[in-house]
Amino acid sequence: MEAVHEHDHGHDHPSGIMRWVTTTNHKDIGTMYLWFSFTMFLVGGVMALVIRAELFQPGLQVVEPEFFNQMTTLHGLIMVFGAIMPAFVGFANWQIPMMIGAPDMAFPRMNNWSFWLLPPAAMLLVISMFVPGGSAGVGWTLYAPLTVQQGMGMDLVIFAVHILGMSSIMGSINIITTILNMRAPGMTMMKMPLFVWTWLITAYLLIAAMPVLAGAVTMTLTDRHFGTNFFNAAGGGDPVLFQHIFWFFGHPEVYIIAIPAFGVVSQVLPAFSRKPLFGYASMVYATASIAILSFLVWAHHMYTVGMPVEAQLYYMFATMLIAVPTGVKVFNWVATMWKGSLTFETPMLFAIGFLFLFTLGGFTGLVLSLTPVDVQLHDTYYVVAHFHYVMVAGALFSAFAGVYFWLPKWIGKMYDEKLGKLHFWLSIIFFNVTFFVQHFSGLAGMPRRIPDYALQFADFNMISSIGAFGFGLSQLLFLYILVKAIRSGEKAPEKPWEGADTLEWTHLPTPAPYHSFETPPTVK
Amino acid sequence: MTSQPGGYYLPSPSLWPVIGSVALFLMALGGVFIMNDASGGTIVLLAGAAILIYMMFGWFGTVIGESESGKYNKQVDVSFRWAMSWFIFSEVMFFAAFFGALFYMRVLSVPWLSEADTGALLWPGFSADWPASGPAIADQFKPMGAWGIPALNTAILLTSGVTITIAHWALKNNQRSKLNWFMFLTIALGLTFIGFQIYEYGHAYADLNLTLESGAYGATFFMLTGFHGFHVTVGTIMLIVIWLRCLKGHFTPEHHFGFEGVAWYWHFVDVVWLGLFVFVYWL
Repeated sequence: MEAVHEHDHGHDHPSGIMRWVTTTNHKDIGTMYLWFSFTMFLVGGVMALVIRAELFQPGLQVVEPEFFNQMTTLHGLIMVFGAIMPAFVGFANWQIPMMIGAPDMAFPRMNNWSFWLLPPAAMLLVISMFVPGGSAGVGWTLYAPLTVQQGMGMDLVIFAVHILGMSSIMGSINIITTILNMRAPGMTMMKMPLFVWTWLITAYLLIAAMPVLAGAVTMTLTDRHFGTNFFNAAGGGDPVLFQHIFWFFGHPEVYIIAIPAFGVVSQVLPAFSRKPLFGYASMVYATASIAILSFLVWAHHMYTVGMPVEAQLYYMFATMLIAVPTGVKVFNWVATMWKGSLTFETPMLFAIGFLFLFTLGGFTGLVLSLTPVDVQLHDTYYVVAHFHYVMVAGALFSAFAGVYFWLPKWIGKMYDEKLGKLHFWLSIIFFNVTFFVQHFSGLAGMPRRIPDYALQFADFNMISSIGAFGFGLSQLLFLYILVKAIRSGEKAPEKPWEGADTLEWTHLPTPAPYHSFETPPTVK
Repeated sequence: MTSQPGGYYLPSPSLWPVIGSVALFLMALGGVFIMNDASGGTIVLLAGAAILIYMMFGWFGTVIGESESGKYNKQVDVSFRWAMSWFIFSEVMFFAAFFGALFYMRVLSVPWLSEADTGALLWPGFSADWPASGPAIADQFKPMGAWGIPALNTAILLTSGVTITIAHWALKNNQRSKLNWFMFLTIALGLTFIGFQIYEYGHAYADLNLTLESGAYGATFFMLTGFHGFHVTVGTIMLIVIWLRCLKGHFTPEHHFGFEGVAWYWHFVDVVWLGLFVFVYWL
């Protein structure tokens, strides 16, 4: 505690809304990221419920097919870029400076801009629904040539993606610089908490992948309005070119979402097992291997597009190779818990839920990596089930684990443990009700992104829709738990989790002061 | 807030970032309106651009003021170095997307259009010899030759890389007038390059019938050289700002990352140009 200096900085900080607009404090910015992410999670969730309402029964009942397409597009874009990514950037902002003993992020003003670029981008996405022709109904993958034929909603989506990309690139540069240059004396790279490592690697993925996406949507824009022919065979281009460029971004993007989730789980599991993380060094190397491999497998999203069989073989084997470092991680997590002194508070429950269901999503990914199988399953609900196991039960559950785990440190108050556990059980049950059956409808051949379906899929879809509404309502409980904890939560003990041993728990009071580590601690 | 002397400088709350966000929002909205022939787009776009320029003056002015008043210690300097390096890396990846498109079209998609049965059935008579437009583009064009202005431009940019290095040495040895003159020379070379590019574009449109709509060759030619030209323009503006700062007596032999960052950026646009010269103009 001796490293903490309490200052009164109130005099040079605006209050009210201007505090949040102008803030350069990593904790304020982290908080804004997290609330923005939760808001977008609800917006994207409502869109998912529109989709599930339409699919509750065969036939067209609730929305027009064009609007259904816009919902699938915006649901994907908002969940990926508006909800999941900002959630983990929020964790990065709160945690990285505290975990490495830094006073703040390396570039506090740029940090503010990284956040404040998100609301305009989200506004562009929302406005796109209200322009003539509506928003883009092309799927979040923005495939040409459909994107070239859309109305002005498409242009708004393109610029929203540009601005989101700028935000991500600035955020990543900030995170990399903070980690490389702001560590406390003695905090060597191989002593950093794994969450910090995973973000360092993720930030590299972002600065390598996001500019490529910017290039891809720029080509879409010029094809639309300035007469270029990048994606038009009549002009020497090729719609498949878009897919290659998009998935060169898109596959690393999957790991941009998953790797910080690995990081959170790698903090939570040891804390509640009261054992250090098993195989720390191998975790670091496995994460880096996944990141490198993620740039070499993109065309496994395109098996059915028409590719030489040699290329299909290469992408199949390279994709299966990713299972090796991922397996290293899963076994290390299990070994961390092995013979640990386990307790099952809410963060631990979500982390274990992550471990089970992410692994299941990984296995279906392995199934889809097999070209002959994928040719059958491409664009079916099997794929939808697969990536929701990784995105929701993987990334989202890990984010929940992180919020419950660090909330006492952030606000100095405890959440309601009973309600937290209820939130976990409702989430995991309704999640599986929603998505487990989609494996079956997918195997039976139900195509994704279609508002109507053949009668034999009716039962699966009804179950799935009931689960989706249950899952959505359960998240309102999460909101209630948060508000209750912030308003009237019990005061948190100095160290609520006895097994937690990173700097924010061992060197800072609870709640963490507004400015922490102005003088760096010495790490032994 | 300022931390204790010698500590890492942490800026006070700032309004500049959110002003920048408003600017980009307006520019995006205005751009969409213009492209879709909705009214008011130009005004909104220009307002956004004006706010962006205002933001840049304000934000960079603040940073320059902080730097000159000695608030940035060695550790802050290292932060700037990491950040500029990785920013340039992200720019490299942006150009990589367009180079990727060029290679894909040249090596794969254009030849496919004339190959085998599909080519013969769908596009009889289409020859895929690069430079090619596309099978359904009737307008003929002439490609841009490499050994006229482009070769001259290569020499200009390479020379400017030398002059900025001489300027950097002069700064390190505290030879201020040499520094100012060689900065001026670098800027002059940059402006000459931009002028030649503008002339070349005019030549392409007027004499060669080479336009953005000339299929595979036209799209990759103009998008690659266009984004490069934009980056050279930004780089030249950065050089001018640095030059004005040199004239005002900013920078010391030990402490001048503002200068070095711009020099790095200038070398980056130089290297991209070499890629362009070889793969777009020459081969």
